[in-house]
Amino acid sequence: MKLAGAEILCESLTRLGVRHIFGYPGGAILPVYDALGKSKLHHILVRHEQGATHMADGYARASGGVGVAMATSGPGATNMVTGIATAMLDSSPVVCITGQVSSKLLGSDAFQEIDITGITMPITKHNVVVSRAEDVARTIREAFLIANSGRPGPVLVDITKDAQQASTEFNWDASAPQLPPKRQRNNHDQAEFDRAVELLNSAKRPIILAGRGIMLSGAMRVFEQFVRAGNFPVAMTLLGIGCFPAKDPMNLGMMGMHGEAWVNHAIQESDLLVAVGMRFDDRVTGDLRTYAKGARKIHIEIDRAEINKNVPVDAALIGDAREVLEKLLPALEKHERGDWLAHIRELRGDSAVRDIQNLPDSGHLYAAHVINDLWKETRGEAIVVTDVGQHQMWEAQYYHHDQPRTLITSGGLGTMGFALPAAIGAKFAMPGSEVWAVVGDGGFQMTMSELATIVQEKIKINIAIINNGYLGMVRQWQEFFYDKRYVATPLVAPDFAALANAFGIRGERITSRGDVIRTIRSARESSETVLIDFRVEQEDSVYPMVPAGGSLHEMIRRPNNPLVETATEP
Amino acid sequence: MQTLVAYVENKPGVLNRVASLARRLAINIDSLTVGPTENEEVARMTIVAHTDEKGAHRLEASLEKLVDVLLAENISERSLLERDLALIKVLADQQSRPHLMELIKVFRARVVDVAPESLILEVSGTVDKIDGLLEVLRPFGVLEMARTGRIAMTRGGDLLRPPVASGQQQLPEPVGRK
Repeated sequence: MKLAGAEILCESLTRLGVRHIFGYPGGAILPVYDALGKSKLHHILVRHEQGATHMADGYARASGGVGVAMATSGPGATNMVTGIATAMLDSSPVVCITGQVSSKLLGSDAFQEIDITGITMPITKHNVVVSRAEDVARTIREAFLIANSGRPGPVLVDITKDAQQASTEFNWDASAPQLPPKRQRNNHDQAEFDRAVELLNSAKRPIILAGRGIMLSGAMRVFEQFVRAGNFPVAMTLLGIGCFPAKDPMNLGMMGMHGEAWVNHAIQESDLLVAVGMRFDDRVTGDLRTYAKGARKIHIEIDRAEINKNVPVDAALIGDAREVLEKLLPALEKHERGDWLAHIRELRGDSAVRDIQNLPDSGHLYAAHVINDLWKETRGEAIVVTDVGQHQMWEAQYYHHDQPRTLITSGGLGTMGFALPAAIGAKFAMPGSEVWAVVGDGGFQMTMSELATIVQEKIKINIAIINNGYLGMVRQWQEFFYDKRYVATPLVAPDFAALANAFGIRGERITSRGDVIRTIRSARESSETVLIDFRVEQEDSVYPMVPAGGSLHEMIRRPNNPLVETATEP
Repeated sequence: MQTLVAYVENKPGVLNRVASLARRLAINIDSLTVGPTENEEVARMTIVAHTDEKGAHRLEASLEKLVDVLLAENISERSLLERDLALIKVLADQQSRPHLMELIKVFRARVVDVAPESLILEVSGTVDKIDGLLEVLRPFGVLEMARTGRIAMTRGGDLLRPPVASGQQQLPEPVGRK
């Protein structure tokens, strides 16, 4: 059967199980759009190609599968760069398909020609130019294989217009992936494995550092068995949240720069760190010279390049988290660890008293209250997609996730503007789930044009803008480290509720704590998207905080009293 | 200084990926040679990098993550044979020529081009040897030099061969929940 390259692309995507494509058309990708119209694939028209990549990323993170984004050549492709980098840093399997000028024009600075494979080389797991229709099916299959195997990541496939237009014989079976043969490394020898078992069984004060790799390998069940078998307390990375239920007594909470104080202290006092599917990011370790000095370290990690990168380890078990944990499980000896667990409870100390949820209610609206109320109202069952900044940290602290893939957030790159498009992508992946975009007033203004996408696609999500009139996290750093010189952080915003109305979306504005729950309920009951503008305290800060480069145990704690009350009444 | 060997797909853009990776890791490459192997689809690189053992591990592991890199290995600590090749154009008049010929003999270099005022010498060997010859040639007047950079091979039975294709690859699960 003879098909055009563009038709082969759509047929291949369909056979790979793709149902949704987030994209934006243009000249160099038009043949593909023409073929899309004849296919069963659902194309979601975005308002900016960055949105398309974030949607594909959100789709991938919510589903555990591959997300697909599409754009034309030139500016369409370059607009994808931020979204691709976001997916790269968080190991998210996204396949980006871009149109390219015809192969005979390559290198001629033709209209909308840009070297997108050159540009995205350092921010993709792999990228490739396809200039023959014969190569389309095989390359797309290879792209999916690469994106979603090993340590996942984004793959970009740049298809020239003539390759989309040319016709060729389509044979699915003959276009199986043909990736270069790789050396099969022996991941870890028996001696390394035995050393890890010995460390696990002899540790008195162990703690597990649980990362996103647990979710990526689908290791949630064996991880829980592993925790039970060894009675290990568990600390979460930001991206690991959800891989182990927050309600489980062994789950201590988040570690790192804005981690809970007792978690960071427990890490510093431990005698064994068991890192699973995490990469010792600087936001997690603080000053490496003082990081967990008394602890031996085991690193369970699929990416060999991560071993000993930031933290030297005593045993490196390279491999898929699920396979390694399954292999370790039978070797674990039962330990009660009563003293250690009791000590960690003591480390909580007055943390509960300092917790903003337990401070006297002045009626003023704090972001942490909003998040905590959202958690209670949704019984922790919603998919929450956050942006980047203070609200992101409050979400991690006060929305307690019990299910994997229910917190979707840009961790590694810290991409503002991520929340709204990623929430749209998550909704397409999980249409039966309740989805909340929790976003600051700064990040929302970066990608708010995607409100139109919501309306055009008639999807239902909820949007909670945590509006403090500042670029809050940057303001917090200026407060702590730049003597309150608030340069370029006060932020004028439109009336978000009115803005939502202009898009045809219901908008609400909330200024007092008493209205929070009622409004959340009303938004949940609505069958259409609702945007809520929560006008929260302007100068509240996220506590605790480990200053960048500081030691993990030296945290800035929330002052007991008074709370800052700076909100201006609207 | 660390020496790595890599087998890569012999196709356009791969050199760029390798060089770009070193740049991203902030590792300065002292020399990088690339040439075909006995298998025309595979090229072999020798990379000499200004870094320590930790940096070399990172480079090696990161190189192997590239789809087009079949194998990368730090061979710095192994028993190695290293070779560099240089062509050196040196001033040679009637007076200096006999003296030059003596040096050429000592260094086992070869004269590969003779002109009235200059000679081109070809010399191969370790980097130290070529540096040594260069040092004694300087007073005569070195006009031009081209060097290949190092190639390296582990000695004896310590084989470093490219992996070969092994049957079909597994396709991932179709899009959906894992």
